[in-house]
Amino acid sequence: MENNIITIDIEKMMFTANGKLNLVVNTHINIGELVALFGQSGAGKTTLLRILSGLIKPDKGIVKFGETVWFDSSKGINISPKERNISFMFQDYALFPNMTVEENILFAQPKKSREDALELLAVFGLSEFSKRKPSGLSGGQKQRVALARALARKPQLLLLDEPLSALDADMRVALQNEIYQAHKLLGATTIMVSHDLNEVFRLASHVLCIEKGLIGRVGTPDEVFSDSSVSGKVQITGQIARIEKQDTINIVTVISGSNQIIKVIAFDNDMENLQVGDSVLVFTKAFNPIISKLM
Amino acid sequence: MDPTFIETLLLTGKLAVFTTVILIILGLPLAYWLAYSKFRFKPFVEALVSMPMVLPPSVIGYYMLVVYSPRNWFGAWLGETFNLRLAFTFEGVLIASVIFSLPFMVQPLQNGLRSLPDSLREASYTLGKSKMTTFFRVLIPNIKPSIITAVALTFAHSIGEFGIVLMVGGNMPGETRVASIAIYDEVQSLNFSTANQYAFILFAVSLILLTTIYSVNKKHDPWKTI
Repeated sequence: MENNIITIDIEKMMFTANGKLNLVVNTHINIGELVALFGQSGAGKTTLLRILSGLIKPDKGIVKFGETVWFDSSKGINISPKERNISFMFQDYALFPNMTVEENILFAQPKKSREDALELLAVFGLSEFSKRKPSGLSGGQKQRVALARALARKPQLLLLDEPLSALDADMRVALQNEIYQAHKLLGATTIMVSHDLNEVFRLASHVLCIEKGLIGRVGTPDEVFSDSSVSGKVQITGQIARIEKQDTINIVTVISGSNQIIKVIAFDNDMENLQVGDSVLVFTKAFNPIISKLM
Repeated sequence: MDPTFIETLLLTGKLAVFTTVILIILGLPLAYWLAYSKFRFKPFVEALVSMPMVLPPSVIGYYMLVVYSPRNWFGAWLGETFNLRLAFTFEGVLIASVIFSLPFMVQPLQNGLRSLPDSLREASYTLGKSKMTTFFRVLIPNIKPSIITAVALTFAHSIGEFGIVLMVGGNMPGETRVASIAIYDEVQSLNFSTANQYAFILFAVSLILLTTIYSVNKKHDPWKTI
């Protein structure tokens, strides 16, 4: 059992824009899983990724990958990022501006292979940009290069900090597939920070919700986001985009995925605790949904 | 052309080249340490490095002479062990010049390193690279404009050095008599045409170097936009 889990039991005082917040995480992750870290910004998601990578030292606790101890405050052990066999994809991509796209990939490879680098670039649709410097790429292209570079290291643990946030809907879906394929192919454990429910449902087998520095709900996306007390025939998750008040009712616009718009009528007493940006479950059981393929 | 004129110019160039080469070797690790260290007394070290910018050259020159003096243990030790005398020699002037130009090398390098996003270093570490590899392959190539600025400033500053050379080196032809000293000397001897030649050359070289710095910095947009 010990062999197959990442043990995380740490505390770290964070100094955020809203003041001090103690990050307390005590959980474990099965090796080989694709895990989503879900939560509001400032909750500690990125800090947790950085602790796992070794870039931030927790105040106290233990981090173990299988039986390998990465951090143990009681024994004074803190393995450097270099020795952890991880890859970290940064929110600002952190591509090396002095190197071309291809050189960025070659730099990341543990064993230099131009052939592998070109193949990886082809997979990500980046072949034509291989000789370009990062300054000549669009935001989405940079993001793909950053992801390709993270994979080029062939890590045991892949840490992705909002990997797809800069992409449009089509590219997002394409790259979600790439992440999934890469995850399967590498057999690496992948931990991904995401705000996007659609992405979490598509990719993650396990979700950790972080709320104000503490681990909240944990489980499969279904367990975490679907209310089991609801026996509705249709359950749709989404985020509230707009709330319009009309006489005694409210019209709540919920965006599901990247482009599904659902309008729900809600009474004032339903509106308690609801505000724009909240993740919500929309469900109904009064009718039989019918399914048909598009096109 | 007058051979002493050529000799003086060559000596001036030699002092500037040696100073710059020594300072880039010392300055890069020092700037790296100053940019990233969390050492508690770092502000004190930073202040020490910057002292030559605010102190009159005569103050540093005076202390150098004290240290070089055979009556001082360091001067005595150098004389006994290496048979080396630093006061009024080229080596002595070179050491003084290195100390005096230190901030002109270190500050641009330190600012260059600090302007790089931390994620570049962190990305390199998480890709399994050592601090050394990160330094030479990621950091140095991305602060090229700062390196050019630092080298040009140091070189120009060493060429224009006057006070400290006069204090530590005096005015010995072929040993410590650099162009700036020669100008002063020629003017004192009412030899204005030679003074004019030296002055023009120093003026032209400095102008060219500074123009280089400004054009390099203009061309390299702050690459933070990447």
